[in-house]
Amino acid sequence: MSCEHAGAILHGYLDGELDAARASEFERHLEICPECLSALEAQETLRTALQRAQLYETAPVALRGKIRSSLPAAKPVGFGLRWMSMRWLALASAALLVAFIGWRLVPNFKGENQYQAAEMIDAHLRSLQAGHLTDVTSTDQHTVKPWFDGRLDFAPPVRDFTNDGFPLQGGRLDVLRGRAVAALVYGRRKHIVNVFVWPSSEPDVAPLEGSKLGYQWIEWRKGGMQFCAVSDTSASDLEQLQRLISQ
Amino acid sequence: MSSSDQGKGSGVLDSQERERFEQLVLPHLDAAFNLARWLLRSRTDAEDVAQEAILRAYRFFGGFHGGDARAWLLQIVRNTCYTWLEKNRPLEMKTEFDEELHSQPGTTPESLAIASDNRERLTRALETLPARFREVLVLRELEGCSYKEIAAITAIPIGTVMSALSRARHRLQQALTQRAPEEATREL
Repeated sequence: MSCEHAGAILHGYLDGELDAARASEFERHLEICPECLSALEAQETLRTALQRAQLYETAPVALRGKIRSSLPAAKPVGFGLRWMSMRWLALASAALLVAFIGWRLVPNFKGENQYQAAEMIDAHLRSLQAGHLTDVTSTDQHTVKPWFDGRLDFAPPVRDFTNDGFPLQGGRLDVLRGRAVAALVYGRRKHIVNVFVWPSSEPDVAPLEGSKLGYQWIEWRKGGMQFCAVSDTSASDLEQLQRLISQ
Repeated sequence: MSSSDQGKGSGVLDSQERERFEQLVLPHLDAAFNLARWLLRSRTDAEDVAQEAILRAYRFFGGFHGGDARAWLLQIVRNTCYTWLEKNRPLEMKTEFDEELHSQPGTTPESLAIASDNRERLTRALETLPARFREVLVLRELEGCSYKEIAAITAIPIGTVMSALSRARHRLQQALTQRAPEEATREL
C-alpha cells in the first residue's frame, strides 16, 4: 500500500469503517510507515479535542414545546380510538410533567452525583491500566454472563451490541463503594466504555449524564439494577448505548 | 429536496400516526438542532430552521416507511438548511467552493494538540470550513453517524464518504494550525 492510498484509508481505519482485511492491511502498513502512524496520531488527537470541547449543541428547552404546539392537530380516527389517544396524551403529559420536575430537581443531587461520577471515572481509569480491563475476555455474551455466576450475588444483564457499533469485549469484577459490582466492557470505535452494574432496591431513574476531566458518564436505574457507563467517547455515543441496554 | 425523504403526505396525520411521529421523530430534535446550528452558524437561525424542518418532516411522515428515523430527519434538516442559506445568504453559498488542497499540513500530533486545546478556537476553525466539509465532520464527530448514515443524509455516494471526511479533517487541521501562530503572538 502506498502512502497516497493510505491518506483516505487512514480515516476509514480511524472511524472503524474498514472491513477486517483492509484494516489489517493498513495495520501492517502502519508498522513500516512512520508518516502514516504520525498522521493517525494527529487525527486521534483532533478527535479527542473535538469530543472534549463538547461542541454538541442541544435544542433550547422551549423549542420542544413550541414545535409540539405548532404541529397541525391530528385527524380523529373514530371516537373510540380518539378517546384512547386522549387518555394516552394525558398520561404522556403527566409523565412529561414528572420528568420535568425530576429534571428540575436534578441540580440538587448534583453534588452527590459529581462525587459518584468521580469514583466511576477513577474505576474507569484504573481499568485502562495494562491487564486490568477484563477478567473474562470474550465478545460472546453467553461466555461473559455465566462467568459472573458465583462471583457476584446478582446476575448482571450482559448483551453484545456489535451490530449497533458497541462490540462487547468482556467483563470483570470491580469494587465500588465497598460492594462488588460487575463491569462490562464495550468498544466504541477506538474508545473503551465501562458499564458498571449493581443491584438496587430503589425505583427506576431516568438517565442522568455529565462530564468530568474529559470523560462522559451516564447513570440510570432500571428494573432493580443501577447502571453507570463511563468513557471518553462522545455523550451521544453513551446515550445510544444507554438506550440499547435499556431496550 | 430529494424524493426519497418524502412521500405524498396529506399534511395532516391521524392520531395514531401522530403518536408514531412523536415517538420516532421528535426524540431527534437535539440532533436536528445541532446540525442546523453548525450549518447555519447561528443558534437563533437554527431554532427557526429546525422547527421548519420538523414541520416538513411531519407533513411528509406518510412517506417514511420505517428505518433510521434520525437519518431521515437529518436529511430533511440538511435540505431545509441549504434552502434557507440560498435564500438568506446567497453569497455564502457561492464563495464556498474553493477546496483545492495542494499542501500537506506539516503538523505533528503535539502542535495539533496545542492548537486544538480550546473550545472557542475549535468552534471558529470548524466554522471557517465550507458547509459540506462542516456537515460531514458534525455528523461523524458530534452526531456519531456511520458512513452509511452520512451518505443517506448528505446524498453523497457511500464510497466517497471516507475521502470527504479525509478532506474535511485535513481542512480543519489547516484551519487550526494556520490560526494558531497569529494567536500565539497575540497572546504573548
